[in-house]
Amino acid sequence: MSMLTCLSLTVSYREKTVLDQASFDLKKGEWLSVIGPNGAGKSSLLKAIKGLVQHKGEVRVRSGSSPDHWRPVTATDVAYVPQNPIMPEQMSVAEYVLLGRTAHLGWFARESSHDRHVVSNVLRRLDLGAFAKRSVDQLSGGEYQRVVLARALAQESTILLLDEPTSALDPGHQVGVLDLVDELRCSDGLSVIAAMHDLTTAARYGTRVLMLDHGQIVNIGNPSEVLQADRLSTVYQTPMSVTSIDGDLVVIPKPKGSRRTTNL
Amino acid sequence: METQPVMPADDEIVFATQNAFATPWAALGVGIIGLVGVGLLSTLTGAAGMNRFGVIQSLFSWLPTVGDDPILSPSQQSVLYQIRLPRTALGMLVGSSLAMAGASYQGVFRNPLADPYLLGVSAGAGFGATLALGLGVDIGWGPFGAVPTAAFVGAVVAVTASAAIARSGGGSPATLLLGGVAMAALFSAGQTSVLQRLSETHAREVLSWLFGQLNTSGWTQVIILGPYTLVCGWVLIAHRRHLDVLRVGDEEAKSLGLDPERSRLIIVVSASLLTAAAVSVSGLIAFVGLVVPHIVRLLVGSGYRVILPVSALVGGMFLALIDIGSRTIMAPAEIPVGVLTALVGAPTFAFVLVRSQKRGV
Repeated sequence: MSMLTCLSLTVSYREKTVLDQASFDLKKGEWLSVIGPNGAGKSSLLKAIKGLVQHKGEVRVRSGSSPDHWRPVTATDVAYVPQNPIMPEQMSVAEYVLLGRTAHLGWFARESSHDRHVVSNVLRRLDLGAFAKRSVDQLSGGEYQRVVLARALAQESTILLLDEPTSALDPGHQVGVLDLVDELRCSDGLSVIAAMHDLTTAARYGTRVLMLDHGQIVNIGNPSEVLQADRLSTVYQTPMSVTSIDGDLVVIPKPKGSRRTTNL
Repeated sequence: METQPVMPADDEIVFATQNAFATPWAALGVGIIGLVGVGLLSTLTGAAGMNRFGVIQSLFSWLPTVGDDPILSPSQQSVLYQIRLPRTALGMLVGSSLAMAGASYQGVFRNPLADPYLLGVSAGAGFGATLALGLGVDIGWGPFGAVPTAAFVGAVVAVTASAAIARSGGGSPATLLLGGVAMAALFSAGQTSVLQRLSETHAREVLSWLFGQLNTSGWTQVIILGPYTLVCGWVLIAHRRHLDVLRVGDEEAKSLGLDPERSRLIIVVSASLLTAAAVSVSGLIAFVGLVVPHIVRLLVGSGYRVILPVSALVGGMFLALIDIGSRTIMAPAEIPVGVLTALVGAPTFAFVLVRSQKRGV
């Protein structure tokens, strides 16, 4: 069942079109990995869905359980994890996560005990007890990604947008954060759209993959359909090879340098 | 069913969540006691020697246990009620207003150096007020008098221009201040050219007001400023949650569900109105809006739920204390309060600048 639908989503910055007529559906409980080279429009796609940039076209979410009731996206529908979150000085982890309740609060309202309860649960779930009082600007990379994720979860949205969530992390922490998101997706039925740089990881976690190039959707489908060596090589303008190790797709760039040594 | 074991970390989670953005009751309590104490000290200090016990007895004569047999003479009573008390109240209102305005500007511009004076807002308000006072330009509207209205227009023009310069210059803390410096220079030049056209006595009158003073006889200025401090202060404090959300930047604030532009507009307008009202009764008093929020940050905490309400109290205390100094340090002569706040403010500015450069803010 589709949760979210995008129709001819177009984003332009000063006459330059960075996202061109993107149309696709997001199904309930799926992980859609968005791939593409730098400047392909991955971030713009996520920002347009969240309503953070001016855009043309429509983004709609399912309203209730009936098959054809759709409505415009509101702030509580979609939670967003930015690429480079700002960590305010001396703000505690608990306070930072409490900011995730903003969309639920009226203009003059303050956080209720229910809001605080939601935050306690999220902190507990992500095992952030030891950090709750710590200042967010004092956390290490892996810790703060979990805290930013906690803030997004505190919003209690059914759709989660991640903009290159692990680009600053070492492989161990990358897996830690992505596994966590995947667990939550499976247990809570979240739908995830994640812009990802690493193609192997995109294939590993994505139930579907959406490939963008020059602002246009080149392909969308199962990882094995989308991640094909010839198409990747064209889009990334670098020879790529795709192999399968223990049933997982692995994408390896084959720079010209390495090929030269094999030709010798 | 098995009961879940309580983890040791669980207490910490509950504690931290309950204390997240909590109202700083202890600091507010201390602030109120401090404000009353400073107020009392201020009414006891002055050029005319008065029996201290008499002053206290007169102030508390409404209590049934305090005798109402006055120790002070009628003329001393009038000094107390028409000079000392209104001056103390005015100092507190101006200090409180400038501190709240400064804290709010720091929040919406995400700039630890923002201050009504440094952003050129005070100069803009001063120019507007000079036009109204000196040339009799009257753009008063409804309950808003000619001087506060002209000051407000000047303040809003200045803050908008500074913010526009900062935005087109990349939005760094430095460009905002440089924009403020440019605006201050422009408005000061405008002020000078207006002053030049005035007669000598008239010009001196306007000038002495410009230097920043809390001299008052009677309650007129307190009555002018009071409603602004109450209403605009209330609006700013009511938006303290918004200021905390804005700390993560506009884009993230928007993604969290806040409308950053609208929040900023309301906060900037209220802070500018507050600055304008303070400037129109007390002239240009520099650095209060910078110093006080930073004192609060150092002593209490750095969330705006703490900074804004506590700054309102500490600001009142701070300026009332400075005013005591201005009356006593070189007594019987008075040092203008604006001079003393600058003496305290300039080192604070340097301190905050160095600190924020180190942190790369």
